[in-house]
Amino acid sequence: MKAAGAILAVAVALAVQTTLARFLVRGSVAVDLVLVAVVYVALTAGPVTGMLTGTFAGLVQDALSSGVIGIGGLAKTIVGFLAGIIGTQFIVAQPLPRFVVFFSTTILHAVIFMGLYVLLDVRHFGTPYAAALGQAVGNAVVGVVAFQLVELLPGAMERRRASRTRLRR
Amino acid sequence: MALLDIRQRSGYLFLAVILGHILLISAQVNSRTGVPVLEQVTFGIFSEIQRAVSSGLNGVRRMWGGYVDLRQVKTENDDLKKQLADAQVALQAQRALADRAHGLEKLLELRDRVTLQTTAAEVIGGPATLDFRTVTIDKGTRDGLRPDMAIISPAGVVGRVVVPSARSAKVQLLVDRNAAAGALIERSRAQGVVVGAGEDRLRLENVSESADIVAGDTVVTSGIEGIYPKGFVIGTIESVEKNGPAYKRITVKPAVDFSSLEEVLVVTTPTPAHEADQGVSE
Repeated sequence: MKAAGAILAVAVALAVQTTLARFLVRGSVAVDLVLVAVVYVALTAGPVTGMLTGTFAGLVQDALSSGVIGIGGLAKTIVGFLAGIIGTQFIVAQPLPRFVVFFSTTILHAVIFMGLYVLLDVRHFGTPYAAALGQAVGNAVVGVVAFQLVELLPGAMERRRASRTRLRR
Repeated sequence: MALLDIRQRSGYLFLAVILGHILLISAQVNSRTGVPVLEQVTFGIFSEIQRAVSSGLNGVRRMWGGYVDLRQVKTENDDLKKQLADAQVALQAQRALADRAHGLEKLLELRDRVTLQTTAAEVIGGPATLDFRTVTIDKGTRDGLRPDMAIISPAGVVGRVVVPSARSAKVQLLVDRNAAAGALIERSRAQGVVVGAGEDRLRLENVSESADIVAGDTVVTSGIEGIYPKGFVIGTIESVEKNGPAYKRITVKPAVDFSSLEEVLVVTTPTPAHEADQGVSE
């Protein structure tokens, strides 16, 4: 059940990501929704699920891109595992700690991903600091909002249903 | 239940997944020398083991030869002095022949390359599996070695460099199943391709029906593949089987004894193959 949820989250993120990318100039997106999904799953389900979700998501992304299959998988595996450990060892229930986790895991992901490509002399990224920081902020904002929505939405709907019932009476 | 156990050992699972990714990446990416990273790293690690074992054995052998086995040194020394004297006489004769050949070559303007630069290397390991006829030598990219450099010995052609690491290199012997070299019959100038058979003999293929080849002919490199320098001895024709006018099977006995290779020479002079590679990379 947990695995199905993780796969669904990654699939949805990937679908949205690839759909959105077509509408943006030069195809660049400031938010990696797949990475957000991986970190979200890791924080809520633990290191093993986070790691496996990262592996699955990264490999799918690699397979869809023209790069080396495994580099994205490796980066997201490490990020998923570490985010899962953080989620189990620390209380990450407030927006600020969540922001920090999403921000730092995005930076870590960028370092591993670009570092491996540069190390293997397959691709060079110039000076990607601004882009990496922008993506880290974007991922962090989207991640925190996603958490808030998932947590607040059921309560809000419940309150709305209750108020409707009261009005009928 | 087993899945539960694996999940409880998340650290091991994490390492296994990371290792899987590294293997996956390594299998796809080529190093700067054009060899897959996985192959180069595996070979680099294993060649260090071969180097250690080889140096240990050499140490024991040197100790034995230097301190224990001195009894035969006097006789051997006398023999060597005689051999040296014979060699010096032969050298004089060869030099005279070389001078004559040099004059003829200049006259005909046939020679395009005068000297070959070589680096001496020691064989430090054999093949990891019997299906591949390779050896490991103790020189690598630090010594200027690159893939497809020819390996020769005083007896003749040995093979080519296939995987160079920093301090060692894997050499594909000419007798390997995947090895081949352009060949020429020295006497009749008939051309063909010498291919390895995975055993101790070579086969001469792609020979014209009209070619004049008989047992005992010397086979030399033609240099047509751009790896081996022209005119180096490959071996001698051992047997020729014909099927009507066509050659069915021509067996070549290599000049080099591949089972007892100890020291070889790496031809570091750029060949047409290297120059073409550089041209492509530039």
